[in-house]
Amino acid sequence: MVAIHVNRYKCGYCGACVGVCPTGALELIETWIEADENCTGCGICAKVCPVGAIEVKK
Amino acid sequence: MKDQYDVVVVGAGPGGSIAAKTAAQKGLDVLLIEKRQEIGDPVRCAEGVKKISLRRHIEPDHRWICADVKGSRIFSPNGTKVEMSEAISGGEVGYVLERKVFDRALAYEAAMAGADVMVKTRATGLIIEDGFVRGVNVMHLGDESTIRSKIVIGADGVESKVGRWAGIDTSLHPSDIETCAQFLVTGVDIDQDYCDFYLGNKIAPSGYIWVFPKGKNQANVGIGILGSKSGKHRAITLLSDFIKEQMPDARIIEMVVGGVPVKGTIERTIANGLMLVGDAARQSDPITGGGIINSMDAGKIAGEVAAKAIAAGDVSTKALNDYEKRWRATIGREIDSSLMVKNTFVKFTDEDLNSLAYSLKNVNFTSMRLMDLLYALFKANKKLLWDLRDLFKDVVKNEIDFNYRS
Repeated sequence: MVAIHVNRYKCGYCGACVGVCPTGALELIETWIEADENCTGCGICAKVCPVGAIEVKK
Repeated sequence: MKDQYDVVVVGAGPGGSIAAKTAAQKGLDVLLIEKRQEIGDPVRCAEGVKKISLRRHIEPDHRWICADVKGSRIFSPNGTKVEMSEAISGGEVGYVLERKVFDRALAYEAAMAGADVMVKTRATGLIIEDGFVRGVNVMHLGDESTIRSKIVIGADGVESKVGRWAGIDTSLHPSDIETCAQFLVTGVDIDQDYCDFYLGNKIAPSGYIWVFPKGKNQANVGIGILGSKSGKHRAITLLSDFIKEQMPDARIIEMVVGGVPVKGTIERTIANGLMLVGDAARQSDPITGGGIINSMDAGKIAGEVAAKAIAAGDVSTKALNDYEKRWRATIGREIDSSLMVKNTFVKFTDEDLNSLAYSLKNVNFTSMRLMDLLYALFKANKKLLWDLRDLFKDVVKNEIDFNYRS
Protein backbone atom coordinates (compact mmCIF):
# COMPACT_ATOMS: atom_id res chain seq x y z
CA MET A 1 0.00 0.00 0.00
CA VAL A 2 1.58 3.25 -1.12
CA ALA A 3 0.74 5.78 1.55
CA ILE A 4 1.65 9.02 -0.24
CA HIS A 5 0.29 11.01 -3.12
CA VAL A 6 2.62 13.11 -5.28
CA ASN A 7 0.97 16.00 -7.09
CA ARG A 8 2.65 15.82 -10.49
CA TYR A 9 1.48 19.29 -11.38
CA LYS A 10 3.44 20.75 -8.45
CA CYS A 11 6.45 18.42 -8.36
CA GLY A 12 9.74 19.86 -9.66
CA TYR A 13 11.30 16.35 -9.78
CA CYS A 14 14.34 17.36 -7.74
CA GLY A 15 14.68 14.08 -5.82
CA ALA A 16 15.00 15.59 -2.32
CA CYS A 17 12.21 13.25 -1.17
CA VAL A 18 14.10 10.22 -2.49
CA GLY A 19 17.21 11.24 -0.52
CA VAL A 20 15.32 11.41 2.79
CA CYS A 21 13.15 8.30 2.38
CA PRO A 22 14.22 5.97 5.22
CA THR A 23 12.96 2.81 3.49
CA GLY A 24 14.16 3.50 -0.05
CA ALA A 25 10.56 3.36 -1.28
CA LEU A 26 10.83 6.36 -3.61
CA GLU A 27 12.52 6.75 -6.94
CA LEU A 28 12.99 9.69 -9.28
CA ILE A 29 12.29 8.43 -12.79
CA GLU A 30 13.22 11.18 -15.24
CA THR A 31 10.45 13.69 -14.47
CA TRP A 32 8.27 11.96 -11.91
CA ILE A 33 8.42 10.28 -8.52
CA GLU A 34 7.35 6.68 -8.00
CA ALA A 35 6.68 5.10 -4.60
CA ASP A 36 6.57 1.35 -3.96
CA GLU A 37 5.03 -0.86 -1.28
CA ASN A 38 7.92 -0.16 1.13
CA CYS A 39 6.39 3.27 1.78
CA THR A 40 5.26 3.49 5.40
CA GLY A 41 3.60 6.89 5.19
CA CYS A 42 6.13 8.40 7.64
CA GLY A 43 5.76 11.79 5.92
CA ILE A 44 9.42 12.85 5.97
CA CYS A 45 9.33 13.33 2.18
CA ALA A 46 6.27 15.57 2.50
CA LYS A 47 8.03 17.66 5.14
CA VAL A 48 11.19 18.40 3.14
CA CYS A 49 9.61 18.86 -0.31
CA PRO A 50 10.60 22.40 -1.41
CA VAL A 51 7.27 22.98 -3.17
CA GLY A 52 4.90 20.94 -1.00
CA ALA A 53 3.95 18.46 -3.71
CA ILE A 54 3.60 15.40 -1.45
CA GLU A 55 0.67 14.46 0.75
CA VAL A 56 0.40 11.52 3.13
CA LYS A 57 -2.83 9.62 2.46
CA LYS A 58 -5.08 9.33 5.48
CA MET B 1 25.06 -1.84 -27.46
CA LYS B 2 27.89 -3.62 -25.65
CA ASP B 3 26.98 -5.63 -22.56
CA GLN B 4 30.37 -5.68 -20.86
CA TYR B 5 32.69 -2.90 -19.63
CA ASP B 6 35.51 -2.39 -17.17
CA VAL B 7 33.60 0.43 -15.49
CA VAL B 8 29.98 1.63 -15.61
CA VAL B 9 29.40 5.14 -14.25
CA VAL B 10 25.81 5.88 -13.22
CA GLY B 11 24.94 9.57 -13.63
CA ALA B 12 26.44 12.17 -15.97
CA GLY B 13 26.77 15.14 -13.63
CA PRO B 14 30.22 16.68 -13.04
CA GLY B 15 31.33 13.84 -10.72
CA GLY B 16 30.24 11.06 -13.07
CA SER B 17 31.69 12.66 -16.19
CA ILE B 18 35.08 13.33 -14.56
CA ALA B 19 35.17 9.75 -13.21
CA ALA B 20 34.37 8.39 -16.69
CA LYS B 21 36.89 10.66 -18.38
CA THR B 22 39.65 9.77 -15.91
CA ALA B 23 39.01 6.02 -16.15
CA ALA B 24 38.90 6.19 -19.97
CA GLN B 25 42.14 8.18 -20.10
CA LYS B 26 43.74 5.41 -18.05
CA GLY B 27 42.82 2.98 -20.80
CA LEU B 28 39.72 1.41 -19.26
CA ASP B 29 36.63 0.45 -21.21
CA VAL B 30 34.03 2.81 -19.75
CA LEU B 31 30.29 3.36 -20.08
CA LEU B 32 28.66 6.54 -18.71
CA ILE B 33 24.87 6.34 -18.35
CA GLU B 34 22.41 9.17 -17.72
CA LYS B 35 18.75 8.53 -16.97
CA ARG B 36 17.59 11.81 -18.48
CA GLN B 37 17.45 12.38 -22.19
CA GLU B 38 19.44 15.61 -21.68
CA ILE B 39 22.72 15.99 -19.80
CA GLY B 40 22.81 19.02 -17.49
CA ASP B 41 19.07 19.62 -17.43
CA PRO B 42 17.09 20.21 -15.26
CA VAL B 43 19.57 22.24 -13.24
CA ARG B 44 19.48 21.78 -9.46
CA CYS B 45 22.24 24.16 -8.51
CA ALA B 46 23.19 27.77 -7.71
CA GLU B 47 26.08 27.36 -10.18
CA GLY B 48 28.88 29.08 -8.27
CA VAL B 49 32.45 27.69 -8.28
CA LYS B 50 35.92 28.83 -7.26
CA LYS B 51 38.12 29.48 -10.27
CA ILE B 52 41.26 27.97 -8.83
CA SER B 53 39.55 24.67 -8.00
CA LEU B 54 37.78 24.44 -11.34
CA ARG B 55 41.08 24.75 -13.23
CA ARG B 56 42.21 21.45 -11.74
CA HIS B 57 39.70 19.78 -14.04
CA ILE B 58 38.91 21.89 -17.08
CA GLU B 59 40.09 25.04 -18.83
CA PRO B 60 37.54 27.84 -18.36
CA ASP B 61 35.43 28.40 -21.47
CA HIS B 62 33.24 31.44 -22.08
CA ARG B 63 30.49 29.18 -23.45
CA TRP B 64 29.63 28.02 -19.95
CA ILE B 65 30.66 31.01 -17.84
CA CYS B 66 27.91 33.54 -17.10
CA ALA B 67 29.66 35.80 -14.63
CA ASP B 68 33.11 36.40 -13.24
CA VAL B 69 32.82 37.41 -9.57
CA LYS B 70 35.37 39.24 -7.41
CA GLY B 71 33.93 38.68 -3.98
CA SER B 72 31.11 37.78 -1.62
CA ARG B 73 28.95 39.88 0.64
CA ILE B 74 27.07 38.46 3.61
CA PHE B 75 24.15 40.40 5.08
CA SER B 76 22.98 39.76 8.64
CA PRO B 77 19.24 40.04 9.47
CA ASN B 78 19.53 43.79 10.23
CA GLY B 79 21.51 44.41 7.05
CA THR B 80 25.02 44.55 8.55
CA LYS B 81 27.38 43.71 5.72
CA VAL B 82 30.49 41.54 5.75
CA GLU B 83 32.46 41.76 2.54
CA MET B 84 35.07 39.30 1.36
CA SER B 85 36.88 40.25 -1.78
CA GLU B 86 40.11 39.39 -3.47
CA ALA B 87 39.90 42.31 -5.84
CA ILE B 88 42.23 44.34 -3.62
CA SER B 89 44.94 41.71 -3.62
CA GLY B 90 44.55 41.11 -7.35
CA GLY B 91 43.46 37.53 -6.78
CA GLU B 92 40.87 35.61 -8.65
CA VAL B 93 37.67 34.35 -7.12
CA GLY B 94 34.77 32.61 -8.80
CA TYR B 95 32.57 31.95 -11.75
CA VAL B 96 28.84 31.54 -12.02
CA LEU B 97 28.35 28.74 -14.51
CA GLU B 98 25.71 27.77 -17.04
CA ARG B 99 25.38 24.19 -15.80
CA LYS B 100 23.35 23.04 -18.79
CA VAL B 101 26.32 23.81 -21.05
CA PHE B 102 29.02 22.97 -18.49
CA ASP B 103 27.73 19.46 -17.72
CA ARG B 104 27.50 18.66 -21.39
CA ALA B 105 31.04 19.93 -21.96
CA LEU B 106 32.26 17.51 -19.28
CA ALA B 107 30.33 14.60 -20.81
CA TYR B 108 31.86 15.57 -24.16
CA GLU B 109 35.33 15.34 -22.60
CA ALA B 110 34.50 11.89 -21.21
CA ALA B 111 33.37 10.79 -24.66
CA MET B 112 36.49 12.26 -26.30
CA ALA B 113 38.61 10.32 -23.82
CA GLY B 114 36.97 7.16 -25.15
CA ALA B 115 34.03 6.52 -22.83
CA ASP B 116 30.75 5.31 -24.29
CA VAL B 117 27.80 7.49 -23.27
CA MET B 118 24.14 6.48 -23.12
CA VAL B 119 21.36 8.92 -22.30
CA LYS B 120 17.77 8.07 -21.37
CA THR B 121 19.32 5.05 -19.66
CA ARG B 122 18.36 4.45 -16.06
CA ALA B 123 19.96 2.00 -13.64
CA THR B 124 17.17 -0.12 -12.16
CA GLY B 125 19.34 -2.31 -9.95
CA LEU B 126 22.78 -3.80 -9.39
CA ILE B 127 24.05 -7.22 -10.36
CA ILE B 128 25.48 -8.62 -7.13
CA GLU B 129 27.28 -12.01 -7.12
CA ASP B 130 29.29 -13.51 -4.25
CA GLY B 131 29.14 -10.21 -2.40
CA PHE B 132 30.56 -8.26 -5.34
CA VAL B 133 28.85 -5.65 -7.51
CA ARG B 134 29.29 -6.97 -11.06
CA GLY B 135 27.27 -4.56 -13.16
CA VAL B 136 23.92 -2.83 -13.51
CA ASN B 137 20.47 -3.57 -14.79
CA VAL B 138 19.33 -0.72 -16.98
CA MET B 139 16.30 0.53 -18.82
CA HIS B 140 16.94 2.34 -22.09
CA LEU B 141 14.00 3.73 -24.04
CA GLY B 142 11.72 1.35 -22.19
CA ASP B 143 13.78 -1.78 -22.84
CA GLU B 144 15.49 -3.58 -19.97
CA SER B 145 18.95 -5.11 -20.24
CA THR B 146 21.97 -6.10 -18.23
CA ILE B 147 25.43 -4.57 -18.44
CA ARG B 148 28.25 -6.34 -16.63
CA SER B 149 31.32 -4.50 -15.33
CA LYS B 150 34.24 -4.98 -12.97
CA ILE B 151 33.44 -1.74 -11.14
CA VAL B 152 30.34 0.43 -10.85
CA ILE B 153 30.73 4.10 -9.91
CA GLY B 154 27.51 5.53 -8.47
CA ALA B 155 27.32 9.25 -9.22
CA ASP B 156 23.53 9.30 -9.17
CA GLY B 157 22.98 12.42 -7.15
CA VAL B 158 20.92 13.35 -4.10
CA GLU B 159 18.32 10.75 -5.11
CA SER B 160 20.99 8.02 -5.28
CA LYS B 161 19.84 4.42 -5.14
CA VAL B 162 23.10 2.76 -6.19
CA GLY B 163 24.59 2.94 -2.67
CA ARG B 164 21.41 1.66 -1.04
CA TRP B 165 21.26 -1.27 -3.45
CA ALA B 166 24.78 -2.23 -2.33
CA GLY B 167 23.81 -2.04 1.33
CA ILE B 168 25.22 1.42 2.10
CA ASP B 169 22.79 3.54 4.08
CA THR B 170 22.80 6.94 2.39
CA SER B 171 19.40 8.09 3.65
CA LEU B 172 19.29 11.64 4.99
CA HIS B 173 17.40 12.89 8.05
CA PRO B 174 15.47 16.15 7.62
CA SER B 175 18.30 17.96 9.44
CA ASP B 176 20.79 16.45 6.94
CA ILE B 177 19.36 18.19 3.88
CA GLU B 178 18.84 21.77 2.74
CA THR B 179 15.62 22.00 0.78
CA CYS B 180 16.09 24.61 -1.94
CA ALA B 181 14.32 26.69 -4.56
CA GLN B 182 15.77 29.16 -7.01
CA PHE B 183 14.52 31.57 -9.64
CA LEU B 184 16.55 32.85 -12.54
CA VAL B 185 15.41 36.45 -12.57
CA THR B 186 15.88 39.22 -15.08
CA GLY B 187 15.09 42.93 -15.17
CA VAL B 188 16.89 43.57 -11.92
CA ASP B 189 19.81 45.84 -11.07
CA ILE B 190 22.31 43.27 -9.77
CA ASP B 191 25.95 44.02 -8.97
CA GLN B 192 27.56 41.50 -11.31
CA ASP B 193 30.83 41.50 -9.33
CA TYR B 194 29.53 39.90 -6.12
CA CYS B 195 27.78 36.83 -4.81
CA ASP B 196 25.44 37.96 -2.03
CA PHE B 197 24.12 35.97 0.92
CA TYR B 198 21.23 37.00 3.18
CA LEU B 199 20.95 35.41 6.61
CA GLY B 200 18.01 35.36 9.02
CA ASN B 201 15.71 32.89 10.70
CA LYS B 202 12.63 34.63 9.34
CA ILE B 203 13.69 34.81 5.71
CA ALA B 204 15.57 31.47 5.58
CA PRO B 205 15.42 29.30 8.74
CA SER B 206 18.80 27.53 9.26
CA GLY B 207 19.89 28.44 5.77
CA TYR B 208 20.25 31.52 3.62
CA ILE B 209 19.11 33.30 0.50
CA TRP B 210 21.68 33.77 -2.25
CA VAL B 211 21.88 36.17 -5.17
CA PHE B 212 24.44 35.05 -7.75
CA PRO B 213 24.95 37.22 -10.85
CA LYS B 214 24.32 35.50 -14.18
CA GLY B 215 25.43 38.21 -16.56
CA LYS B 216 23.66 41.35 -17.87
CA ASN B 217 20.68 42.07 -15.61
CA GLN B 218 20.15 38.47 -14.57
CA ALA B 219 20.74 36.53 -11.35
CA ASN B 220 20.14 33.21 -9.66
CA VAL B 221 18.11 34.13 -6.60
CA GLY B 222 17.69 31.09 -4.42
CA ILE B 223 17.00 29.82 -0.95
CA GLY B 224 18.02 26.82 1.13
CA ILE B 225 16.36 26.00 4.44
CA LEU B 226 17.10 23.05 6.70
CA GLY B 227 14.70 20.17 6.01
CA SER B 228 13.79 19.99 9.70
CA LYS B 229 12.54 23.61 9.49
CA SER B 230 10.46 22.93 6.38
CA GLY B 231 6.78 22.10 6.47
CA LYS B 232 4.80 25.09 7.66
CA HIS B 233 7.01 27.29 5.51
CA ARG B 234 8.30 25.97 2.20
CA ALA B 235 11.47 27.00 0.37
CA ILE B 236 9.40 28.12 -2.61
CA THR B 237 7.02 30.38 -0.63
CA LEU B 238 9.82 31.97 1.44
CA LEU B 239 11.73 32.71 -1.77
CA SER B 240 8.65 34.22 -3.43
CA ASP B 241 8.16 36.46 -0.38
CA PHE B 242 11.77 37.66 -0.58
CA ILE B 243 11.53 38.45 -4.30
CA LYS B 244 8.23 40.27 -3.89
CA GLU B 245 9.72 42.44 -1.17
CA GLN B 246 13.28 43.00 -2.37
CA MET B 247 12.97 42.75 -6.16
CA PRO B 248 9.44 43.79 -7.08
CA ASP B 249 10.43 44.40 -10.71
CA ALA B 250 12.06 41.00 -11.21
CA ARG B 251 10.79 38.75 -13.98
CA ILE B 252 11.19 35.06 -13.30
CA ILE B 253 12.38 33.23 -16.40
CA GLU B 254 13.28 29.87 -14.84
CA MET B 255 12.49 27.92 -11.69
CA VAL B 256 14.80 25.40 -10.04
CA VAL B 257 14.24 23.14 -7.02
CA GLY B 258 16.55 20.75 -5.26
CA GLY B 259 17.84 19.08 -2.12
CA VAL B 260 21.45 19.49 -0.98
CA PRO B 261 22.98 16.96 1.43
CA VAL B 262 24.47 18.70 4.50
CA LYS B 263 24.98 15.58 6.57
CA GLY B 264 28.76 15.61 6.59
CA THR B 265 30.84 12.60 5.63
CA ILE B 266 29.06 9.26 5.71
CA GLU B 267 30.55 6.12 7.16
CA ARG B 268 31.27 4.27 3.95
CA THR B 269 31.35 5.11 0.24
CA ILE B 270 32.66 1.82 -1.15
CA ALA B 271 31.61 -1.81 -1.43
CA ASN B 272 33.17 -4.71 -3.33
CA GLY B 273 33.16 -3.49 -6.95
CA LEU B 274 31.52 -0.15 -6.11
CA MET B 275 32.40 3.47 -5.36
CA LEU B 276 30.06 6.40 -4.69
CA VAL B 277 30.88 9.91 -5.90
CA GLY B 278 29.48 13.42 -5.33
CA ASP B 279 26.00 14.00 -3.89
CA ALA B 280 25.44 10.22 -3.99
CA ALA B 281 28.30 9.97 -1.46
CA ARG B 282 26.94 13.04 0.40
CA GLN B 283 30.15 14.94 -0.44
CA SER B 284 28.58 18.40 -0.73
CA ASP B 285 29.78 21.02 1.75
CA PRO B 286 27.48 21.27 4.80
CA ILE B 287 27.90 25.04 5.20
CA THR B 288 28.20 26.42 1.67
CA GLY B 289 26.16 23.70 0.00
CA GLY B 290 28.79 23.65 -2.76
CA GLY B 291 29.20 20.30 -4.43
CA ILE B 292 30.51 20.74 -7.98
CA ILE B 293 34.22 20.82 -7.17
CA ASN B 294 33.99 18.13 -4.46
CA SER B 295 32.23 15.84 -6.93
CA MET B 296 34.83 16.45 -9.60
CA ASP B 297 37.72 15.91 -7.17
CA ALA B 298 36.12 12.67 -5.93
CA GLY B 299 35.31 11.56 -9.49
CA LYS B 300 38.92 11.98 -10.50
CA ILE B 301 40.15 9.95 -7.53
CA ALA B 302 37.53 7.24 -8.22
CA GLY B 303 38.63 7.00 -11.87
CA GLU B 304 42.28 6.67 -10.85
CA VAL B 305 41.56 4.09 -8.17
CA ALA B 306 39.38 2.09 -10.58
CA ALA B 307 42.25 1.90 -13.07
CA LYS B 308 44.70 0.76 -10.42
CA ALA B 309 42.34 -1.82 -8.94
CA ILE B 310 41.42 -3.31 -12.31
CA ALA B 311 45.08 -3.48 -13.37
CA ALA B 312 45.85 -5.35 -10.15
CA GLY B 313 42.87 -7.66 -10.65
CA ASP B 314 41.41 -6.79 -7.24
CA VAL B 315 38.21 -4.73 -6.96
CA SER B 316 37.42 -5.66 -3.36
CA THR B 317 36.91 -3.02 -0.67
CA LYS B 318 40.53 -3.64 0.30
CA ALA B 319 41.70 -2.31 -3.06
CA LEU B 320 39.04 0.41 -3.31
CA ASN B 321 39.84 1.67 0.16
CA ASP B 322 42.44 3.85 -1.53
CA TYR B 323 39.50 5.94 -2.85
CA GLU B 324 38.03 6.18 0.62
CA LYS B 325 41.36 7.24 2.12
CA ARG B 326 42.21 9.81 -0.55
CA TRP B 327 38.90 11.68 -0.62
CA ARG B 328 38.61 11.72 3.16
CA ALA B 329 42.13 13.14 3.51
CA THR B 330 41.26 16.04 1.18
CA ILE B 331 37.64 17.09 0.64
CA GLY B 332 36.57 14.95 3.60
CA ARG B 333 38.53 17.10 6.03
CA GLU B 334 36.91 20.26 4.71
CA ILE B 335 33.48 18.66 4.94
CA ASP B 336 34.11 17.69 8.58
CA SER B 337 35.11 21.27 9.44
CA SER B 338 32.10 22.67 7.64
CA LEU B 339 29.81 20.28 9.49
CA MET B 340 31.09 21.67 12.79
CA VAL B 341 30.31 25.17 11.54
CA LYS B 342 26.86 24.15 10.32
CA ASN B 343 25.97 22.61 13.66
CA THR B 344 26.88 25.90 15.35
CA PHE B 345 25.28 28.10 12.70
CA VAL B 346 21.84 26.46 12.83
CA LYS B 347 21.58 27.38 16.53
CA PHE B 348 22.14 31.13 16.05
CA THR B 349 19.32 33.57 16.69
CA ASP B 350 18.98 36.67 14.52
CA GLU B 351 20.55 38.68 17.36
CA ASP B 352 23.57 36.35 17.34
CA LEU B 353 23.93 36.76 13.58
CA ASN B 354 23.71 40.55 13.87
CA SER B 355 26.32 40.75 16.59
CA LEU B 356 28.65 38.40 14.70
CA ALA B 357 28.40 40.55 11.58
CA TYR B 358 28.86 43.71 13.63
CA SER B 359 32.03 42.33 15.22
CA LEU B 360 33.67 42.26 11.78
CA LYS B 361 32.77 45.85 11.00
CA ASN B 362 36.37 47.00 10.82
CA VAL B 363 37.86 43.92 9.25
CA ASN B 364 38.93 44.07 5.62
CA PHE B 365 39.07 40.62 4.11
CA THR B 366 41.42 40.14 1.25
CA SER B 367 40.76 36.43 1.14
CA MET B 368 37.72 34.43 0.21
CA ARG B 369 38.52 31.46 2.41
CA LEU B 370 35.72 30.59 4.76
CA MET B 371 38.32 29.63 7.37
CA ASP B 372 39.72 33.16 7.40
CA LEU B 373 36.27 34.58 8.02
CA LEU B 374 35.61 32.05 10.76
CA TYR B 375 38.88 32.70 12.51
CA ALA B 376 38.24 36.44 12.58
CA LEU B 377 34.76 35.75 13.94
CA PHE B 378 36.13 33.34 16.52
CA LYS B 379 38.70 35.82 17.77
CA ALA B 380 36.03 38.45 18.29
CA ASN B 381 33.28 36.17 19.66
CA LYS B 382 34.96 33.40 21.59
CA LYS B 383 31.97 32.77 23.85
CA LEU B 384 29.42 32.46 21.07
CA LEU B 385 31.73 30.35 18.92
CA TRP B 386 33.38 28.26 21.61
CA ASP B 387 32.08 25.06 19.97
CA LEU B 388 34.32 25.82 17.00
CA ARG B 389 37.56 26.04 18.98
CA ASP B 390 38.78 22.67 17.69
CA LEU B 391 38.79 24.08 14.16
CA PHE B 392 41.53 26.50 15.04
CA LYS B 393 43.78 24.29 17.13
CA ASP B 394 46.14 23.65 14.23
CA VAL B 395 45.91 27.23 13.12
CA VAL B 396 47.12 28.59 16.41
CA LYS B 397 49.73 25.90 16.80
CA ASN B 398 51.26 26.47 13.39
CA GLU B 399 50.77 30.22 13.47
CA ILE B 400 49.29 30.15 10.02
CA ASP B 401 49.24 33.61 8.55
CA PHE B 402 45.73 34.73 7.83
CA ASN B 403 44.93 36.90 4.90
CA TYR B 404 43.00 39.64 6.54
CA ARG B 405 43.80 42.94 8.15
CA SER B 406 42.03 44.38 11.14
